[in-house]
Amino acid sequence: MQLHITPNDGVPIYLQIVSQVKHLVAAGRLAAGEELPAIRALAEQLVVNPNTIARAYLELEKAGLVVKRHGSGTYVSDEGSPLARRERIKILAQRGDALLAEARHLGIELDDVIKLLKQRHENLPSPEDHEK
Amino acid sequence: MKNNPPAQPENVIAITALTRRFGAKPAVDNVSLTVPRGRVFGLVGENGAGKTTLIKHLLGLLKAERGAVRVFGLDPVADPVGVLGRIGYLSENRDLPGWMRVDELLHYSQAFYPQWDAAYAEQLRGQFGLVAAARIKHLSRGELARAGLLVALAYRPELLLLDEPSSGLDPVVRRDILEAIIRTVADEGRTVFFSSHLLEEVERVADDVAMMVEGKIVLAGPLEEIKASHHQLTLRFDTPPPRPPTLAGALSVAGSGREWTVLCNGARPELATAAERLGARIVAERHPSLDEIFVARAGAKASVS
Repeated sequence: MQLHITPNDGVPIYLQIVSQVKHLVAAGRLAAGEELPAIRALAEQLVVNPNTIARAYLELEKAGLVVKRHGSGTYVSDEGSPLARRERIKILAQRGDALLAEARHLGIELDDVIKLLKQRHENLPSPEDHEK
Repeated sequence: MKNNPPAQPENVIAITALTRRFGAKPAVDNVSLTVPRGRVFGLVGENGAGKTTLIKHLLGLLKAERGAVRVFGLDPVADPVGVLGRIGYLSENRDLPGWMRVDELLHYSQAFYPQWDAAYAEQLRGQFGLVAAARIKHLSRGELARAGLLVALAYRPELLLLDEPSSGLDPVVRRDILEAIIRTVADEGRTVFFSSHLLEEVERVADDVAMMVEGKIVLAGPLEEIKASHHQLTLRFDTPPPRPPTLAGALSVAGSGREWTVLCNGARPELATAAERLGARIVAERHPSLDEIFVARAGAKASVS
């Protein structure tokens, strides 16, 4: 599990971990049933306080993304996939909000933004092209 | 002793209204703080803010002029043996005997601490790449820091006390120090108190933070709370205000013309209302880093005094 922490970002470190784990699950880089690193091991790897990791894992558990199995460890929950879709949409919604805010600042109408998105979508190479 | 442990105080460190003057100028000015067991406490402040003076009181090297200092519930001046035997201390100056060899230093330190763990010391020596036969005076700055850290860790102290541990060191040694902090607190019940001016490191490892400016604690609390309660808001005015806007709880204001960025402390909804009252819109906002909060706090303090 590869996470990247930016301590001097205003976002609390535990939230950085939470959102990155959600990303990894959404992107399928953490599969249902897969085990997350032990708190202490991840603390040493990321060089952050173990209490911060524990807090992040607790948040992930509350969100239903991971489950703790007694005496063993923390695993990506089986219900990971429907939640993953919700998370994917949530991530995209945030990007969308930023785009809409920017468009408003630049005085560009919503219709033009939609038109632009469609145009860009058509120019985008298809996944098959990408794999070649 | 383990069979019949004394009642452990909740707070490993408790400082109450401590004042210490050097000449007329107070180096530590009416400071109160507590460090609960099992937490990592980061004391931040510029050079000369009084951090080292405060730490010397914890070690019993200075007597409280006014106020009280308790470590493990004990007075470090009255009971140095009861206190120092349970603290692993790394000083900024790493005052180690230069004429000794690394292995001699370990042997010598072992004599002071009954619970010295020789196997752990040897493991750390290997991990830190310290040559047993090397003379202390021939060690590099980084090796010296590692040797000091080794001595502070090898008897698994209840309290690890580090005074500017990262000062002047390269990133690899700094990482060793941070990992030592993490391992110490990961072993249940142990506590870390460290001072630093590298706020990025403090943000990584601290549970609680206190900011010291000119001998006074200007801000203290759990790191997450401190970060959550500070906001950096960019305000946009329809017409440029005649002078920099004043927002309740503002610590610093910068900008020009119609856009002003304010770093403030307070609840988000109240700040929004306050901005509205000034006739401004919030066009951007983020949580500032500890570094930005510190600079704003230190600046705010300087401007009122």
